[in-house]
Amino acid sequence: MMRLSATDLACRRGGREVFAGVGFSVTAGEALLISGRNGSGKSSLLRMVVGLLRAAAGRIVLQGGDPELTVGEQAHYLGHQDALKPSLSVGENLRFWADFLGAAAPDVAAPLAAAGLDALADLPAAYLSAGQRRRLSIARLIAVKRPIWLLDEPASTLDAAGQSRLTELMRTHISEGGLILAAAHGTIGLDGASELRLGQGEMGP
Amino acid sequence: MTPLSAILVRDMRIAVRVGGGALIGVLFFLVVVTLTPFALGPDLALLKRIGPAILWLAALLASLLALDRLFAADHEDGSLDLLLTGRAQLELVVAAKGVAHWLTTGLPLIVAAPLIGLLLNLDAPAEAALVLTFLVGTPALTFIGLIGAALAVTLRRGGLLLAVLVLPLTVPVLIFGVAAANAAVLGPAPFGAPFTILCALTLASLVVGPFAAAAALRQEME
Repeated sequence: MMRLSATDLACRRGGREVFAGVGFSVTAGEALLISGRNGSGKSSLLRMVVGLLRAAAGRIVLQGGDPELTVGEQAHYLGHQDALKPSLSVGENLRFWADFLGAAAPDVAAPLAAAGLDALADLPAAYLSAGQRRRLSIARLIAVKRPIWLLDEPASTLDAAGQSRLTELMRTHISEGGLILAAAHGTIGLDGASELRLGQGEMGP
Repeated sequence: MTPLSAILVRDMRIAVRVGGGALIGVLFFLVVVTLTPFALGPDLALLKRIGPAILWLAALLASLLALDRLFAADHEDGSLDLLLTGRAQLELVVAAKGVAHWLTTGLPLIVAAPLIGLLLNLDAPAEAALVLTFLVGTPALTFIGLIGAALAVTLRRGGLLLAVLVLPLTVPVLIFGVAAANAAVLGPAPFGAPFTILCALTLASLVVGPFAAAAALRQEME
């Protein structure tokens, strides 16, 4: 059973303490919503989990994963930026990430359809709107199977249809035994997700 | 496709498309070399004597042109986060990007060099020697440049810093590249000795460049 937990994490940015004493625990089939005001360290916490930021204190442990791989190598990280190249087409962008992240079958048609972008596969990504760019980076999560999803405000630029599609994808991921850490201001539409409020240091029900 | 060949193909595709900058380097090279005879006047003996040096200097500057975007573009759009946390070794990722950069900016210089050498009164054997030194030397310029590109990744005007950082490191390559080319053009010094050292410099930079650049990238993302 996969279980991602952290104890006593502290984050320092530019000499200022952002948070300290933060802990959480998520098991397979669960989601954790990370909330908090602006600057409370939601993005920093996700970057720590994926391995892009060193924790000033504390540790992050993954049990039941592949011992040969780091947490970041078993996770999808969906940051603020969409990691798309404007001069490549929608299909080429997705195919690159599928190849780089190691998709078993690099078939980009199905993930594009799941993200609602199948009609735009040949369009250069430069012409996409902010919401369409976000949909394309979400398609990456479908194209390559990874057990852990780290989502940084995934719904921020999505329209209502896109948000419900994303919620559906997250439900499917959880029901298949995946685990999700999502930073967001509002709810993410998942029932039974526990919540970690940064800036207060306690874990809600 | 493996992760590394995926990077190679992607970077080459981006480079040859609109705004990619693959042809900017070779155009800059052509312009600089073309301007030299106008500045020096039609002194054929002088042009022949300084021709290899002019070509090498122009190639050095041209290879720096597109280098500052190599990692900075990936940093700005968030791709670098994914490259850093991917399963592929970062050193190999960096090397794959270097190879793609050389194929799209270094190789065109080598193709253009014989053509442009005519403007500097170089004959066929001299041009062959020059192309050989370019073929061996330009990968060193790219792979030394990788270090500067990685160090300047988070800076807005990184291009200027890149030139200041990288140009001093390329001095040995310049010295032995020009020495080998001059030996072939003017004699009587042997071609082999400086050419062998140039080969050694390139081999060393192929190893050191990716490791140093990957270390710089890891530090900078903190």
